[in-house]
Amino acid sequence: MIAAPPSIAPDPIFHLIGLYKADTRADKADLGVGAYRSNEGKPWILPCVKAASERIQADPSYNHEYLAISGLDEYTKSASKVIFGQDSALLKSNRVSSFQTVSGTGANHLGAAFLSKFNSSKTIWVSDPTWGNHFKVFETANLQIKVYPYWDPATRGLNWEALKDTLQNQTSPGDIILLHACAHNPTGVDPTHQQWEELSEIISAKQLYPFFDAAYQGFASGDLDHDAFAIRYFAERHAEFLVCQSFAKNFGLYGERTGALHIVSKTSVVARAVDTQLSALQRAEISSPPAYGAKIVAAILADPELYQQWRNDLITMSARIKEMRTTLKSHLESLKTPGTWDHLVDQIGMFAYTGLTPGQCQRLVNEFSIYLSSNGRVSMAGFNDSNVKSIAKAIDTVVRETK
Amino acid sequence: MYRSVARISQLSSQSVLRSIRANVAVNRINITPRLASTWASVKMGPPDAILGITEAFKKDQYEQKINLGVGAYRDDAGLPVVLPSVIEAEERLLKSCLDKEYAGITGISNFTKLAADLAYGEESIVLKEDRLAVTQTISGTGALRIGGEFLKKFHPSTKILLPQPSWANHAAVFRSSGLQPETYRYYNKETIGLDFEGLIEDLKNAEDGTAVLLHACAHNPTGVDPTPDQWKQISEVVKAKGHFPFFDMAYQGFASGSIERDAFAVRYFVEQGHQIALCQSFAKNMGLYGERVGAFSLVAESSEEKARIESQFKILVRPLYSNPPIHGARIASTILGDAQLKAQWLAEVKTMADRMITMRQLLKDNLEALGSTQNWDHVTSQIGMFCYTGLSGEQVDELAQKWSVYCTRDGRISIAGITSGNVKRLAQAIHEVSK
Repeated sequence: MIAAPPSIAPDPIFHLIGLYKADTRADKADLGVGAYRSNEGKPWILPCVKAASERIQADPSYNHEYLAISGLDEYTKSASKVIFGQDSALLKSNRVSSFQTVSGTGANHLGAAFLSKFNSSKTIWVSDPTWGNHFKVFETANLQIKVYPYWDPATRGLNWEALKDTLQNQTSPGDIILLHACAHNPTGVDPTHQQWEELSEIISAKQLYPFFDAAYQGFASGDLDHDAFAIRYFAERHAEFLVCQSFAKNFGLYGERTGALHIVSKTSVVARAVDTQLSALQRAEISSPPAYGAKIVAAILADPELYQQWRNDLITMSARIKEMRTTLKSHLESLKTPGTWDHLVDQIGMFAYTGLTPGQCQRLVNEFSIYLSSNGRVSMAGFNDSNVKSIAKAIDTVVRETK
Repeated sequence: MYRSVARISQLSSQSVLRSIRANVAVNRINITPRLASTWASVKMGPPDAILGITEAFKKDQYEQKINLGVGAYRDDAGLPVVLPSVIEAEERLLKSCLDKEYAGITGISNFTKLAADLAYGEESIVLKEDRLAVTQTISGTGALRIGGEFLKKFHPSTKILLPQPSWANHAAVFRSSGLQPETYRYYNKETIGLDFEGLIEDLKNAEDGTAVLLHACAHNPTGVDPTPDQWKQISEVVKAKGHFPFFDMAYQGFASGSIERDAFAVRYFVEQGHQIALCQSFAKNMGLYGERVGAFSLVAESSEEKARIESQFKILVRPLYSNPPIHGARIASTILGDAQLKAQWLAEVKTMADRMITMRQLLKDNLEALGSTQNWDHVTSQIGMFCYTGLSGEQVDELAQKWSVYCTRDGRISIAGITSGNVKRLAQAIHEVSK
């Protein structure tokens, strides 16, 4: 007999999606989950992905055979080049263990499970705030979570001095530090290059283990290399770190669950041992990762034309996001909405941390059918030419009237 | 930094640090000096028992090598097969230009509904009363993992009994979930059949309320299944002891060629009022292997309990991988949801099952024709993808080294790897090492 399990409150982001779906209002707006939308408010299949799928399925050798435990080799190799660079010295040194994972969550989980087993410290430092699911991922892996200052509500930017202070004075050698490679989720606030360089110094000095989560490479600025700056800077200065890579957003592959984990070891001998340990972990959970999404990515990265198309698709998405940021800001400024709105444009990526209070957010949901998380996070992809003005007006109303 | 290394560092830290720093200064790459790698004590993990065979097979240069390792279906030319119904379903999906939005945490609801219909039967009381909690999973392995995690969290005892032997990965999956796998007698080496008395005795001797893993059909690795009558007796003991029946069904349809027949044990237990767990895989019966299509279900007492259980599935899944892959599940639900495609698929599954049954017969006939004095009845009485030949580890090694025939060291051969083209040579090889 199974002991009667209690019911648990639903995951807040998925719960929000549920509410949005049930809402019958014509002008409802989904600013909740982070999936790109076209200007028509629809999911967008990237042209490179459409072309690659057709090509793959037309290939006579196409089948559904098992991938290796570590995934599709062409995929993991080219994925590692995307993140570390085509001519990466690190990759040439054979010190990287690259495993295909069930998207970014799978990579976070596998990386955490590995560190939980083999790292001296079981403490991981995460930014305040961070993606909600990070807490669950790390708890499940039996890591102890500590929080470092990140979001400054006063400036609506990075709480830089407090961040440095915490790392310098409260961390212990061996502690793991979670870093969002670019387009910080949920705030959209990224360190500057100068700040990344200082962070790297501190992390070295304090002997912390960098755990990068890269869910938006290319999606943030439109440029893959620009968005990989922090990781590549660290790659030249840190012998050991890991990177979680997701192709959910930058290839629009969301539900195909296409990701990778790259663990960098000090020597290639250790890296090969790490490979076998990752195999054991992966085998005991999923046996091998899902093939379809990986085949699409591999095909695109291997073909110069498709690759170029992808780079254009990235610019399409990131440019529209940037435009919505600019437009939203200018509407709020026209309305003379109390407060400053520069942060909307200073922040980057899918999300903006508006600074709206839970009360204001609640009213937006209940009265205006504008769906956003209670922490004030909006998905910029949910804005479009048809709704940005009315959303600005609604924000203006709640800022003026609601606490 | 790492525990065992730290001891060494205390002895000579200063001098070691000095020399490392001196070296670092001349290196182009400025790596922070550390005394030793964080992972210095990461040992080389053991190669996977099953997938390691494929590695060895690939390296072998001999033209007529035979791979009887991993369990993926091959046609009579020894080639991977994509079922025509799958090709059709996939073409329809491509044409319909569906989006790639995330599935819910428990997967595509149309898929889980149709998967449950297939396993339990559309008329099943648990479906009619809406008391089946179900989630899409990363194929059968993922289902086992979610099931294991669920048991760990909610089942009073963390012990789970596995048949001896069982699929090599079962113990690893359950152990990683935090359960303690133990065994019950199953395979009788002498008879190359089921040790039914041993099985019953072990179930009776186990503590009341222990979780018991049962292979629904086509036991992996032995191919030895209980008869319907034996299943009824197992059900009685499980009931009397209050054990928790945890079914793994990876071969529905693929074993006998009949969906209903292969689900007999599962459906019988449900009829008998057991609240079972069921792991379902579409890897073999739909040939969807690498797309990772599966489902995990639990029979609840009421639809209210089912809702609570499903909410708990979501809690388990979210930190592991958020939501499952859509592609394969869409193919499966396209087939299962279309009467004509489903009928076509059922015929294709029967064809695969029939080919394996034929190969079993051919192998046995050839062994007998060669004058083997061993009893090879088990080759045809066993069922499914695998055959437990009864060969020893040494004989298996000889098969690989002398004959370029590859299978796992427990003597398990994958029938799917046998063709009318290679069966004669295979029989000769087996005969030579076993006479």
